[in-house]
Amino acid sequence: MRTMIMGLAAAIALGGTALAQGQAIKPAIVYDLGGKFDKSFNEGVYTGAEQFKKDTGVEYRDFELQNDAQREQTLRRFARDGFSPIVAVGFSQASALEKVAKEFPNSKFTLIDMVVDAPNVQSIVFKEHEGSFLVGLLAAKASKTGKVGFVGGMDIPLIRKFACGYVQGVKYANASAEVLQNMTGTTGAAWNDPVKGAELAKAQIDRGADVIYHAAGGTGIGVLRATADAGKLGIGVDSNQNMLHPGKVLTSMLKRVDVATIDSFKAAKDGTWKPGVTVLGLKENGVAWALDDNNKSLITPDMKAAADKAAADIVSGAVKVHDYMSDQKCP
Amino acid sequence: MDALSIAIAVFDSGVRLSVPLLFACLAGLWSERSGVVDIGLEGKMLVAAFAAAAAAHATHSAWIGVLAGVGASVAFALVHGFAAISQRGNQIVSGVAINMLAAGLTALVGNAWYSQGGRTPPLDGAARFQPVTLPGAEAARGVPVIGPLYADVLSSHTVLVYGALLATLLTAVALKRTRFGLRIRAVGENPAAVDTAGVSVAALRYAAVIIAGVLCGFGGAYLSLAQAAGFLPGMTAGKGFIALAALIFAKWRAWPALGACFLFGLLDAISIRLQGVSLPWVGLVPVQAIQALPYALTVVLLAGFIGRAIPPRASGLPYVKER
Repeated sequence: MRTMIMGLAAAIALGGTALAQGQAIKPAIVYDLGGKFDKSFNEGVYTGAEQFKKDTGVEYRDFELQNDAQREQTLRRFARDGFSPIVAVGFSQASALEKVAKEFPNSKFTLIDMVVDAPNVQSIVFKEHEGSFLVGLLAAKASKTGKVGFVGGMDIPLIRKFACGYVQGVKYANASAEVLQNMTGTTGAAWNDPVKGAELAKAQIDRGADVIYHAAGGTGIGVLRATADAGKLGIGVDSNQNMLHPGKVLTSMLKRVDVATIDSFKAAKDGTWKPGVTVLGLKENGVAWALDDNNKSLITPDMKAAADKAAADIVSGAVKVHDYMSDQKCP
Repeated sequence: MDALSIAIAVFDSGVRLSVPLLFACLAGLWSERSGVVDIGLEGKMLVAAFAAAAAAHATHSAWIGVLAGVGASVAFALVHGFAAISQRGNQIVSGVAINMLAAGLTALVGNAWYSQGGRTPPLDGAARFQPVTLPGAEAARGVPVIGPLYADVLSSHTVLVYGALLATLLTAVALKRTRFGLRIRAVGENPAAVDTAGVSVAALRYAAVIIAGVLCGFGGAYLSLAQAAGFLPGMTAGKGFIALAALIFAKWRAWPALGACFLFGLLDAISIRLQGVSLPWVGLVPVQAIQALPYALTVVLLAGFIGRAIPPRASGLPYVKER
């Protein structure tokens, strides 16, 4: 009996410390304009958050922006209601977050895709150019015409960074290949215009492109559909989009925003959350290219070997991929 | 790529982009010719696009999708008709209300049904309209200039594109040559005279509003079932209003409406195709300049070239029978 009580006490004590280690957190997410289910960037964050909820049972709140004016309001409201950490998704949140982070120095903020320098902000950025380099290499290897395409969303440095890495990858595999580039627009609406995305893709196909990579959020759904309709290959972005048109999507450039979200929530829960800048590249598994049942038949062993070798070379530093955002230029 | 094939690609894309405008423009034409101002074209197209995508998703039949789209659009048209004709309300207010209702309702219902941010699931196969090849298109391809023009610009579109051309023809003939059309025009110019002749003004206006609903329904279904593969919140993106501009541009006539809509579609296509293409003499044009092109040209054309556009005289005025 005595041992049993002792055991029980020990168990309670253990349980107690376990509870003490995991702090009670109230996480929240503010998605960018593309919406939670854009099958791409925002959905990656959603997937991560759902995974976290399943693993830990911690509920979170989220908000889908309808327009730019809501960014600051929403962040402030979450902060005032005691949510922490608050994950702000997308580069466009930076200015709003900078302001709100100052007003609520005790709240933790995590910003994905942009850097804000504040003592309570954790900025997570990705080396998209490295992942884009790899899919560019695969595109050049899969192309029969020697012409490949790129459709960007809003014309901003971040998207040029995707394009620049892609072009470098294409040229690395086939120096004489041509890359056709288009941007959908110059406003936030460019992330959500699949009709225009499809027209841009068709225009590129007419000009001879047979593999098209998009970095255009919801607009990219139109790009992938147009390439699939025309019997060409598309390349998805951010989340794994191979299953949108099985056998017609060459691969997807994965940006592990889901992992970033889980890590940020977990760190806050364990009390190890730290402000500052985190850069996730190939080495940190922050970016990758997707290989699954849907595109297995499209990726030849030769292509896989070449991509794996290039990835290893980038990690080791033997191949340097130029970052457009470092000097606003693409070689 | 030579100049001809570039031109053909641009014209081909222009045809695709002008079809929703044309449907909406013809809808506005019917409605306004009967004296009912309709700025709810946008909303009707949007609700039709949603209903069409939802029905096509559920039944895997594009045609049932079109039926659902037309049904939803006509229902909205009847609301507008009830407010504008029976209740003699302000037609602008009623039109605005329809636009707002459609924008909110489609996103809300879409989110509730599919929880994909208001989107419907992507449509495939028989749930979408596939391009059809006109007879003799492949054989004609060998003929210089005319061959590729026929094979690429006229042929290989979806059925709805040809439907839009047919609708233009029917509208032109009906308004000009039939008794019904004459009465519709009369009721838009001088409803009192029509009333004196013993013909119901309200019935004629309701008929015109319903026709407008049907046409908007086709336009919306084209957006979600042919041009895109599924519904997306706000996917009409101002097309209903551009159609209204085209209507003024065409001075409320059917064939000029076709021309005006094609012009707008073509400008849109040019702005898409010119991106990243190096032009002779000019070189590489910045994206922003290209994207502003359709709007700049629209302003110039509207301001400078169309002359006086006179709307139907009784347009916007509810008819009150004298007692």
